[in-house]
Amino acid sequence: MANTITIDPVTRIEGHSKITIYMDDQGAVTDARFHVTQFRGFEKFCEGRPFYEMPALTARTCGICPVSHLVASAKACDELMAVRIPETAVKLRKIINLSQLIQSHALSFFHLSSPDLLLGMDADPNSRNILGLLKSHPEAARDGIALRKFGQSVIERLAGKRIHPAWVVPGGVSRPLTAELRDEILEEIPPMLEIAQRSLETFQGLYEGFEREIETFANFPSLFMGLVTDNDNLEHYDGKLRVVDANRNIVHAGIHPASYQEFIAEAVEPDSYLKSPYYRKIGYPDGLYRVGPLARLNVCERCGTPLADEALRTFRRLSPGAVLSSFHYHYARLIEIIYGLEKTRDLLREPDILDAHVRAHAEPNRFEGVGMSEAPRGMLLHHYRIDEQGLISWSNLIIATGHNNLAMNRGITQAAKAFVKGDKLEEGALNRVEAVIRCYDPCLSCSTHAIGQMPLLIELRNGNNVLDRKHRG
Amino acid sequence: MNVRIVTLSIDGRDVGAREGQTILEVAGENGIEIPTMCNLTGLKPIGACRLCVVEVAGSRKLLSACTTGVTEGMQVTTDSERLRNYRRTILEFLFTEGNHTCAVCVSNGKCELQELARKLGMNHVDVPYRYPRRDVDATHPRFVLDHNRCILCTRCVRVCDEIEGAHTWDVMGRGIDSKVITDLHQPWGSSTSCTSCGKCVHVCPTGALFEKGHSVAEMAKRRQFLPYLSTMRGAKE
Repeated sequence: MANTITIDPVTRIEGHSKITIYMDDQGAVTDARFHVTQFRGFEKFCEGRPFYEMPALTARTCGICPVSHLVASAKACDELMAVRIPETAVKLRKIINLSQLIQSHALSFFHLSSPDLLLGMDADPNSRNILGLLKSHPEAARDGIALRKFGQSVIERLAGKRIHPAWVVPGGVSRPLTAELRDEILEEIPPMLEIAQRSLETFQGLYEGFEREIETFANFPSLFMGLVTDNDNLEHYDGKLRVVDANRNIVHAGIHPASYQEFIAEAVEPDSYLKSPYYRKIGYPDGLYRVGPLARLNVCERCGTPLADEALRTFRRLSPGAVLSSFHYHYARLIEIIYGLEKTRDLLREPDILDAHVRAHAEPNRFEGVGMSEAPRGMLLHHYRIDEQGLISWSNLIIATGHNNLAMNRGITQAAKAFVKGDKLEEGALNRVEAVIRCYDPCLSCSTHAIGQMPLLIELRNGNNVLDRKHRG
Repeated sequence: MNVRIVTLSIDGRDVGAREGQTILEVAGENGIEIPTMCNLTGLKPIGACRLCVVEVAGSRKLLSACTTGVTEGMQVTTDSERLRNYRRTILEFLFTEGNHTCAVCVSNGKCELQELARKLGMNHVDVPYRYPRRDVDATHPRFVLDHNRCILCTRCVRVCDEIEGAHTWDVMGRGIDSKVITDLHQPWGSSTSCTSCGKCVHVCPTGALFEKGHSVAEMAKRRQFLPYLSTMRGAKE
């Protein structure tokens, strides 16, 4: 009888999930599955609501990245209204989207993943968390907290509150930016850039200790998908959706949001509430692709800001083609934080950033609209259909984490095969399997912050007999 | 015109009032606050929501302050454990009977129901939520009716009838199935009596009636017109 190990729940991620590891009679891993055990139902219960409510309604999907949903949803609503929103509104939406990116990346890297990186994958789970980090590496912990605070406070000052603000609305934003706030934020950026660069250097210095993890943490050829600007720069708000292969050859130069269904299809697995999108032309499940920071850096030609471009050049040396190991999501995240800070500074310096005209008003003029933007974890897509009254008749949301579902499953199988052996549970080995998931920083549509306190039960089973059991948290 | 003066006590305070005034009016004039919901100055009181119930010595029943006239020697209590319990339960019924999701509502932060819950300290709800399936009527070119947020205060019905004179609104159904309707239950957008004046929208205490084009927490109700218009109408009559 084959054995099964269950990691339930997975800790230090956003949301609820579990991992099952299947083993053969010889104690070798045959497969591993990532199950998302929470169900939300947003696509269904949004039906019948006025489309104008959708940004605020769908933002409630998540307490970590509500701004990403606001942006993608408002863009879908712009399409329904068939308006071109004021240029200043586009820039302000870009700024809040980047603030979201900075705070979320800081949370993922410093609060959730850096305990593994700085204290070690095998460190005592009781101290392998942000509190343990505060004791052993107080500067790194403080840096992370400062970066996250910066991102959150920009959101708060622009939009009124940190979590679930309602400033991004169909047609633009609800209030213009003031000169005082612009100057305030501009002043805060240089010290944040110092922190971001310092963190990148520290991370680069850690590389040698993680060679096996780099080799086995979801390190396989796949497609990568992400937005780029018209001149192929890194982009998070708008642009064309580019697909590249493992050699960074362009598979598709630019998918228009409205035609996404020609390229992306969605499969449903019986053991998870998370959808499994795949690249339609290759089919399921081989049409697996990755999105998020790593994918964005693989699809773009350059960042478009000096410090981030310098970091990107070093990043490119990792591989002649696309960077394939998901361990490098962490690296990509740090480069994106630098980019986010530089880009925010550039946008705030635009001459028309204080323009008072920031909102277009219109009735619904189309019955269907797709909004696509880059959330911290990857491409986020909101697709709505409305009736003649402007009430939602159908909606489809593809969340960034969903795009990565197939890749996460393949990744944990790879890591489990490398680190889990025999019928005895090694804590460090199981933490590595979880850490693969953490590379993707999956946001399981939830605001649960589990910083090591969440109980984790892992069982190694032979049929109904429990061979080994570990509890931590 | 002779106005008879009556004296009564409210919460132990002796107060003077003109005959014909309601307990609510007299309490208000004397700085004693009684919670209300369906009542709105400028519209005829109907005593529907029962939030303004008070105790009157000699009466075993609780009486609604908005519809009960003052009498000589009346002893009124506006605040007691019993009243607080009743009011709190009524408020909980209002919340659980419909679908009030403040977080995504156009009236969030500007809603009388929400504000009353805050004032009365409703930090949790003891009665089970009903989660009824209710419609949204967005057929009107400028306004939306969301039955999910309607508490049947009938302010819209009264303002349309008493002030605008159109009488577009009415209530149909019975008990818990009651709902406000336009033009004998036709879609609002096809109503031939509606003048699109928007008074109903602005007297609505919740986000049940709102203007199109507003996002969450953006619908502020403006009611400055009401005392002026009701005075003018009263003078004409």
